Amino acid sequence: MKDFLKKREVTLVGLIALLFLAVSLRSPAFASLGNLTDILNDTALLIMVGLAQYLVILTGGIDLSVASIMGLSGMCAALVNKLDPTMPIPLVVLIALGAGLAMGAFNGTLVGLAGISSIIATLGTISIYRGAIFLMSGGEWISAHEMTEGFRMIPDAKFLGVSAIIWYMVLVVLLFAWFMNLTRTGREIYALGGNKTAAKYVGIKDKKVNFLVFSLSGLVSGFAGLLYVARYAAAQNDTASGFELATVAACVIGGVSIAGGSGTVMGVVLGAIFLGIINNALTVINLSPFFQMAIQGFVILAAIVANTIMAQRSERLALARRVL
Amino acid sequence: MEKTNINENRRFDLGRDFRYRIFSVLMKWETVLILILTAVVITNSFLSPYFLDPVNLLDTTFNFSEKAIIALLMAFVIIAGDIDISVASIVALSSVFMGMASAAGADAPTLVVIGLLSGLAMGSLNGYLITKFKIPSIAVTLGTMSLFRGIAYAILGDQAYTKYPEGFDFFGQGYIGDSPIPFELVLMAVLALGAGYILHRTSFGRQTYAIGCNLQAARFSGVPVDRIRFQIFAVTGLFCGLASVLLTSRILSTRPNIGTGLEFEVITIVILGGIAITGGEGTMIGVILSTFVLGFLKFGMSLLNVPGRVMNILTGALLIFAILVPMALKGLRNSVEMKAQKKL
Amino acid sequence: MAKTVLELKGVSQYFPGIKALDHVDFRLEEGQIHALIGENGAGKSTLVKILTGIYRPTAGEFLLDGKAVHFHGPTDSQHAGIAAIHQEAVMFPDLSITENIWMAHQARTKLGFLDHPAMRKKTQAILDQLGMKEDPKTLVRDLSVAGRHMVEIAKALSMEARVVIMDEPTSALSLREVEELFEIIHQLKAAGKTIIFISHKFEEVFGIADSYTVLRDGKFIGSGLLAETDTASLVKMMVGRSIDQLFPKEHIEKGATILEVKGLGKTGIFKDISFNLHKGEILGFFGLVGSGRSDIMNAIVGIAPPDEGEIQINGKVSHLHSIQDAIRHKIGYVPEDRQNQGAVIKMSIRENITLPQIDKIGRLGVIDRKKEQAMTGDFGKRFEIRAASYEQKVLSLSGGNQQKVVLAKWLATEPEILILDEPTKGIDIATKWAVYQYIFKMAKQGMAIILVSSELPEVLGMADRVMVMHEGRLAGGFDRGQADSETIMHAAIGRHADRSPS
Repeated sequence: MKDFLKKREVTLVGLIALLFLAVSLRSPAFASLGNLTDILNDTALLIMVGLAQYLVILTGGIDLSVASIMGLSGMCAALVNKLDPTMPIPLVVLIALGAGLAMGAFNGTLVGLAGISSIIATLGTISIYRGAIFLMSGGEWISAHEMTEGFRMIPDAKFLGVSAIIWYMVLVVLLFAWFMNLTRTGREIYALGGNKTAAKYVGIKDKKVNFLVFSLSGLVSGFAGLLYVARYAAAQNDTASGFELATVAACVIGGVSIAGGSGTVMGVVLGAIFLGIINNALTVINLSPFFQMAIQGFVILAAIVANTIMAQRSERLALARRVL
Repeated sequence: MEKTNINENRRFDLGRDFRYRIFSVLMKWETVLILILTAVVITNSFLSPYFLDPVNLLDTTFNFSEKAIIALLMAFVIIAGDIDISVASIVALSSVFMGMASAAGADAPTLVVIGLLSGLAMGSLNGYLITKFKIPSIAVTLGTMSLFRGIAYAILGDQAYTKYPEGFDFFGQGYIGDSPIPFELVLMAVLALGAGYILHRTSFGRQTYAIGCNLQAARFSGVPVDRIRFQIFAVTGLFCGLASVLLTSRILSTRPNIGTGLEFEVITIVILGGIAITGGEGTMIGVILSTFVLGFLKFGMSLLNVPGRVMNILTGALLIFAILVPMALKGLRNSVEMKAQKKL
Repeated sequence: MAKTVLELKGVSQYFPGIKALDHVDFRLEEGQIHALIGENGAGKSTLVKILTGIYRPTAGEFLLDGKAVHFHGPTDSQHAGIAAIHQEAVMFPDLSITENIWMAHQARTKLGFLDHPAMRKKTQAILDQLGMKEDPKTLVRDLSVAGRHMVEIAKALSMEARVVIMDEPTSALSLREVEELFEIIHQLKAAGKTIIFISHKFEEVFGIADSYTVLRDGKFIGSGLLAETDTASLVKMMVGRSIDQLFPKEHIEKGATILEVKGLGKTGIFKDISFNLHKGEILGFFGLVGSGRSDIMNAIVGIAPPDEGEIQINGKVSHLHSIQDAIRHKIGYVPEDRQNQGAVIKMSIRENITLPQIDKIGRLGVIDRKKEQAMTGDFGKRFEIRAASYEQKVLSLSGGNQQKVVLAKWLATEPEILILDEPTKGIDIATKWAVYQYIFKMAKQGMAIILVSSELPEVLGMADRVMVMHEGRLAGGFDRGQADSETIMHAAIGRHADRSPS
């Protein structure tokens, strides 16, 4: 199985290389350093929230509310910044994180403690969080000129010539890799998704773990929402709408099983990059950005079907190796 | 495991206890819904003297007939233990296809056929992927949700179809003869009766419940599991096509974002109607009651000028409430049984 | 006198509608191997779940070293030094041997990180002690059933537990592996550990245990030293009566061949399976868990069609792809897993009995309620299903009555061939006897019956002919009277195959 997973990531790298080559042959501007940095800047958020989604999917659930958490925490931060431009930036960041964590914890309470199925719970909280944005903003946008320079620089400040958003992304990826592979809780999350009964027998508290993954998912999404609003210099009702689908897509393309229990951090990162390149390529080869959603849907379906077929084949191969 | 391996002498019967029987009737979700519906109607009639006016009341049904029609089939989907979150996208893409046909000069009956067939085709694709590759329905419909809506965007971009042929407006705006009864309402009522009959009186309905209770056991009992699930998803698509005809005819305009969020409202209707999200439980009467509860509730809020976004908050809260309360009731019932048992 | 490590006093465990344990006493003395004896459903697993903190008892006292304790979860039990090797493999297939062993109690470094080197080293040491050759990094999904069981034992050792509970530890092991396991149990005893050994195989119990406790129907029946009792009295305690009259042997004349299976195979699961079945015959299929018996039956009825070979029904080659096909060919199939396959337990007795032919009761798919009720009443009575009403959910019935519902449901389809996979698993002795009576009666009426079972007395007592399976192949076929239990057991555990180098 480990070999197979490794192969999966190799396949993805190969696919990405192929896609890269094809697009840059069609339009050389694609491979320019500037454009590549753009791709990475644009994909950084997808990688972060994709990893948040990955946590939840590993346990066998799904978090459809990540995008609305981004929207609401982004709005919180932008609103505070607008109302009190003198408030120090770290405090604004803390507010966004706190808002995300609170929303995630609310999801976690519904799923983990009350035992509601994650699809239904997060489908319900989507409209609650989106509605809250409306209540908070009165339906108005907060646009660039209402944000302070410091606020807008949160994702865009440069360090060693690389924008902050990429540094955040790298930090999040490293934290996830450490958390999932080297901590007890991380392994428990894998275990719970792999075999619920067994997890119970060894004393893994499924309620606690479910609460935790949704809270973490909210925390990461909250941070990402702040970055989103600051980067695109606009906070509105529909901020990041549809992003939840992109995060699920990044996961399934990266080989995360929708049934839970398997998938790697690296896979999700590659899956997100794959999607990012496609989206960027659309503009580069002059295809309408309106195609983006259709392609994403197609890629999700293709990836799920491919995952299923590959899993079935590896099972058949394993059986064929058995001697009777 | 032990739970079910009990012997005769350890089982006991609570059915004979009178107080327990009253308790279980009160615990019925349909009873709860009727109480809520009564409360909503009373509140609304206080809010507006016009609410109970028959003509007015009939017109409010325009706001939820289309959702109710999809909910009838969503009930089958969820009872069978599945979920379909692509319904809103099917409605949108069907509407886009009708708009294209209309732009090419098709007449009203042709448009209806196109709407229905494209819905059926999309539903069939869902059913095929789910049963052929044995992929969970949440994963498949998540993908097609994005795919169908995406195709609608790819075709229309930021444009809209607004030209529809004469007579097409009847389906979503017309009344039966000179009466104040909307065509949509009659259609919904007929379909609801049909759906209720099929769910509760035919072998198809029985087999749907069996699949939702335990798919594997149903398969081992000779239920054609894949065929039935496929049919449910295909007909769900067909009904989405129908809802799309009604919706398009009512607003006579197609934008790619048409019907956004519909899946959430439809699922809310079904869950509030007492259909268990885990499958195998619930009745069509519950779904129909909850259609009216939600419909009148929204109407009441609009009388109070509550904005749509805020209504959504309440709907979301209601969805969660509709799951939490039966769970709490179940726990209560169990603890009552346990107490009775300790006495025995 | 040895000191009492652990004691349960008047412990009860209730679930809604069920008394799984009713005022049970249980006492464990230090350094002993204590056998917990009882039929399936007697309450053994519930008791284990209380000891391991998975259940919290409804009533009664739980004393550890004479002090009352209250476990709030499996972790508390582990900290108190109790480790269990569960009957069902409690494993994480995608994690390694090491990770599985340490999941419940991972070693940490001072900084709170997982101490991987320490865990690997200890794992290696334990695997060496158990004589297991696998790399600790091997994923559990790649291990055999016996290998997984060994990992469970390794896990208990790694916890350095004082009390080790072994729930049916030998059910999936070969004879040689059982001997190795007993060796390990003796080592544990010598090291001063207390062991609870759960088994329904009396030779094992007498071979290894010092003392015993018998449970029946959730109640405490008796306890004592094994040296002071014998098999007969234990059986009597366990089943509540003697077993002489269990198999009323009757000779039934064999009819024409109705089913012929030739060279049936499914990649990696079974191979070269050929046999035939006659009208009025009871054909036994015996083999250990995982030997492929149920898979063959699934292939015959079309649940998982075979990759190679041929099936003839009434002389015609038939390709079955689903249970609907099987019903059409007049085959009824009572699968092994009653809860998940045999019955839709969340539905009522009536709905279950009519489910296989629900589309034929009435016209155009509309169910004829009267006809449905008549059929339910008819078969419900015939199988003496005991329930308040036929509207009761199957879930709320006893195991024996559940099985009667499954039998009634298939008999209602009027099959000519009936395949029964472990039909008496987990049901009380009275129903067991009733089930045997039904089987004989049906065979007498000319029905062809395949009886799959892992209970040797059942196969020997019931079958006209016994097919024995070993690791996916037929290891022999014996006519009634031709084989004794020893011959059949040896074929099933592949004695000869074991000697050849692998």
